[in-house]
Amino acid sequence: MKYKDYYSILGLERTATTENIKKAYRKLARKYHPDVSKETNAEEKFKEVSEAYETLKNSEKRAAYDQLGSHQSGQDFRPPPDWGKQYGGTPFSFDDINLSDLIAGLTGGRHNTKQRGSNIPVPGQDYEVTAHITLEDVYQGTIVNLNINVPEYDENGHLHRVSRAFKTRIPKGVGDGQRLRLPDKGGKGFNGGRNGDLYLNIALHTHSLFRASGHDLYLDLPVTPWEAVLGAAVEVPTLGGPVRLKVPPGTHAGQKLRLPKRGLPKPHDGEGDLFAIVQIVVPTVLSERERAIFKEMADISTFNPRGHFEQETSHEN
Amino acid sequence: MKIELTEVLWMDQYQELSLTDLARLSGLSEAELSELVDCGAIVPTNTDSAEWIFDVGCLAVAKTACRLRNDFELDTQGLAVALTLLARIHNLEAQLHDLRAQLPGRIF
Repeated sequence: MKYKDYYSILGLERTATTENIKKAYRKLARKYHPDVSKETNAEEKFKEVSEAYETLKNSEKRAAYDQLGSHQSGQDFRPPPDWGKQYGGTPFSFDDINLSDLIAGLTGGRHNTKQRGSNIPVPGQDYEVTAHITLEDVYQGTIVNLNINVPEYDENGHLHRVSRAFKTRIPKGVGDGQRLRLPDKGGKGFNGGRNGDLYLNIALHTHSLFRASGHDLYLDLPVTPWEAVLGAAVEVPTLGGPVRLKVPPGTHAGQKLRLPKRGLPKPHDGEGDLFAIVQIVVPTVLSERERAIFKEMADISTFNPRGHFEQETSHEN
Repeated sequence: MKIELTEVLWMDQYQELSLTDLARLSGLSEAELSELVDCGAIVPTNTDSAEWIFDVGCLAVAKTACRLRNDFELDTQGLAVALTLLARIHNLEAQLHDLRAQLPGRIF
C-alpha cells in the first residue's frame, strides 16, 4: 500500500490543531473544489485534500492514521500487525486496497461494519467518469471502454479495491458536458439498498475544422476575392463527407452561409445546421500578370468601401 | 474476458422526478430540498402544485448542492447563493462558448 502524507497535503505540521486542519482544508477546498475551481487538475487535487481532511478532522481516524507512522509520500508500507484490531475496522487484505479505503473502513465510514451489520438499507455509491469523444463520434455514435477502480466488499465483508470495466454505446447526438447514466453500475447496495449508478460525463475534443455550438457547427470558409465578388461553387467538408456550397456573388467577409441539417444530430430527432463563415483571403505572392490585373482594377473601379467615413466627417463639420 | 455492452440512458429519461426521487438520487434530504425550493435555487416544473415535479436539470443542481454542502459545510442559505451564482456562471460560459464558436478561428 502506498503511503500518503495527509499533513503535507494540507500544508500542516503533524502537531496541527483541529482548528488549523479545518482552516487549511477550507482554504484549499475553495481553491480546488471542482464545482468552483478553474485550476488544472482541480478534481484530482481536491480529492487528495478532501481525503486528507476526512481522516484528520476525526480524532479517532487521525489517531489511527498517526499510528501508521510517518513515511515518505508514495512509499510502500504495511500497517503494524495489530493495527486493524485496535481500531475495530473491517478485516483487510492489505494488498489490494489503498490508504483511503483503509481509513474509511474504520468507524464513521460509509461502508463501515456497523452499518452493514444492521438491517438498515445502505444504498451503493454513485460514481462518475468522463468520456472524451470526438465530433465524429457525436455524429455517428460510438462505443467506449470505461475502467473504474473502486473499493468493494466481498461476501465475507472484506474490503478490496477492484477494477471494473464497462463497454458502452454512446448514442449519437450527445453534447459537450452532457451526462448519461448507466443504471446499477455504481457501488453495490447492502441490506436491500439500491445499487449506485455510474454517471458518464461527455467531454468533446476540439476539432481542427469545426467548432460546435449546441447542435450547430461553425467552419471557417476561406474564399478568394474573385470568388467572393463573382460567386462560386466550392467544396466544403462536413462530418458526413464533402458537399458543394454555392457562394453567392457579392459575398462579404464574415457572412455566414448556412448548410441546413449538416450539423450534429439531436438526441432524439433532427440535426443542427452547419454554418460556413466566409473569410476573404488574399494571395501574398502575385505573378506579374495578376499584379497588372489588380492594378487595372484599382485604376478603373469607382467602388469606395469607406464612403461612410466621409459622410460622418462632413456631418461633424 | 468478454465485456458485455451496457446501454446508457439519457438523463432526460428521468422524465419527471418527485421530491422523494430527487432526494434519493441527489443525496440531499427532502427537508433540505424543500428549503432550496423555497429559496428559489431549485425550481419545480409545477410550483403551484402541492406535489412538486422536478425535471432532470434539477437533479444536476441538487447533486451539485449535495457536494457543496458536504465539502464546504454550507447551510441552505449559503447553498442557495452558491447555486444561483454557479448557474449564472454556467450561463455566461455557455454564451461565451457559443460566441467563440462563431468567431473566425484563424487570423489571416
